Amino acid sequence: MKSGSLPPNIRISAGNEASAPVFQDSRSFRQLQILLQNLPSVVSVAVLLLSIVVFGIIIGPRFFAPFNLSLVLQQVTVISILGAAQTLVILTSGIDLSVGALMVLCSVVMGVLAVNLGWPPIIAIIAAILAGVAGGAINGILVTVPRLPPFIATLGTWNVFLALELWYSGSQTIVSQDIFEKAPVLQFFGEGTNVGRVRVTWGELLLFALFGLLWLFLNRTAWGRHVYATGDDPEAARLAGINVKRVLLSVYVVAGAICAIAGWVLIGRIGSVTPQEGQTSNLDSITAVVIGGTSLFGGRGSLFATLIGALIVGVFENGLAIAGVDALWQNFAIGLLIIFAVIIDQQIRKLAA
Amino acid sequence: MSTADQPLLQARGLVKRYGHVVALDHADFELYRGEILAIIGDNGAGKSSLIKALTGAIMPDDGDILLDGAPVRFRSPLAAREAGIETVYQTLALSPSLSIADNMFLGREQRSTGILGRLIGLLDRRAMQKRAQQELNGLGVMTVQSIKQKVETLSGGQRQAIAVARAVAFGSRLVIMDEPTAALGVRESRRVLDLILAVKARGLPIVLISHNMPHVFEVADRIHIHRLGRRLTVIDPKSCSMSDAVAMMTGALPVS
Repeated sequence: MKSGSLPPNIRISAGNEASAPVFQDSRSFRQLQILLQNLPSVVSVAVLLLSIVVFGIIIGPRFFAPFNLSLVLQQVTVISILGAAQTLVILTSGIDLSVGALMVLCSVVMGVLAVNLGWPPIIAIIAAILAGVAGGAINGILVTVPRLPPFIATLGTWNVFLALELWYSGSQTIVSQDIFEKAPVLQFFGEGTNVGRVRVTWGELLLFALFGLLWLFLNRTAWGRHVYATGDDPEAARLAGINVKRVLLSVYVVAGAICAIAGWVLIGRIGSVTPQEGQTSNLDSITAVVIGGTSLFGGRGSLFATLIGALIVGVFENGLAIAGVDALWQNFAIGLLIIFAVIIDQQIRKLAA
Repeated sequence: MSTADQPLLQARGLVKRYGHVVALDHADFELYRGEILAIIGDNGAGKSSLIKALTGAIMPDDGDILLDGAPVRFRSPLAAREAGIETVYQTLALSPSLSIADNMFLGREQRSTGILGRLIGLLDRRAMQKRAQQELNGLGVMTVQSIKQKVETLSGGQRQAIAVARAVAFGSRLVIMDEPTAALGVRESRRVLDLILAVKARGLPIVLISHNMPHVFEVADRIHIHRLGRRLTVIDPKSCSMSDAVAMMTGALPVS
């Protein structure tokens, strides 16, 4: 077929774009663009479904056992909650390297006050949440007042929070038995109920409640719109009358409070208060956000995407483990997924320009 | 003096210095009701400083600004906006990843009247979408598919139209447009010029800053020529040629 005989709205792209000629009907191509821009999580949802199908085929019915699927969800609960905090920050085109350390610091505050010092557990929990708010406020102030790049500000506070948590705990683990005897409410989110043969923990229910609440604030309030606008183009947001600094500060404070809640859920998940826990949580939360399809450049993404991202990581780790693959290949696979996700994001952003 | 002859927005003897540089040197300015006033001037003539002073982006060192005859001092762009002066920036100040409706209400969202509106600031999205659609329809901008469409899916001219519609929706007194056609092609420029005339037809006066002489001469009722930090003269586009205007702007033609 000669190219001259093609309808005018179809062109053949050749060369390195594809080995076979690609037909780009301009209208359907445009619709694909709009679809991807409006629903960037389409890609991550497809990856999640595909990975579930592939692991289902490789592993067989064992993978689909209710016990196993519930386990995957339990394994990703803490990282998903932390990922919610990270999502808020990344939507403003920032990054928070301190979320994991702040989470563990808050769990240490909770444990030391309630178990070692014998405070009423509810007071200890409130104190830990205030510690999270304070930690987030410090990040927010560093980002807005001396206007440090978020990467540097939170790299600093990451180390500070890490040191504080080791100092306050004396590097001692508070064992599960002590918590169970003196302040069992700290382990609340690890408990749950059986729905049929599926174990549902309160932590999982909290995860969904928290995501629902944050979704409402991000998508149905002026504050949420301002978070997106600030990440998208801070100068445009300022000219439109948004107090960009106040938005940024509020985002880091809310993220800090979520970290404290994640710290409480973490105690339930592992049973004990362990200062050495959560060393990779900072980066794992970023991984969940990025694999979900939220843009590191701000203004694009969603909480839903982060949940999908965390589940993808969970399914890969669980599936590869059951299949008996060496753990190092889990890292390998996650690494490829991160690269793949960022390539997709860049393509979407290129189309938007 | 009757109110009909009184300028809607007036500046008298504005001065703004940056060190030794005098950006505004006793500049005067008048905008009357229902007119399109174009401001032209060479680069560095002080057009931007004049506009910034009028919209609260800078505070003049000396001089008066009168809105409807009453002296005003805008301490921020927000203060000017609250007084009914809307600006369409050259950069448009739109957020590409938000929808058209979100952008039109950015920074002044409508809360729902229910309890959640007061408690957590829940938005009245339906009311905002309806109002945004009305504004776009009223200006004859029908080309957008949906009010929920993201701004990044729109063309440059469509984005300009959204920014103009936003200014018109909230600008109760006047709209200032900074280089609205600079980034656009011929066809899109045409649409934006029609849009400017549509805004005028609604009775809203416009200050148009532009380098494009054909565009200026087509839509402006009066042309304010700015040179060396002050108003050189005001000309009538019907009785003055484009080349004379450019000559005055650059100083080649002395103004008696």
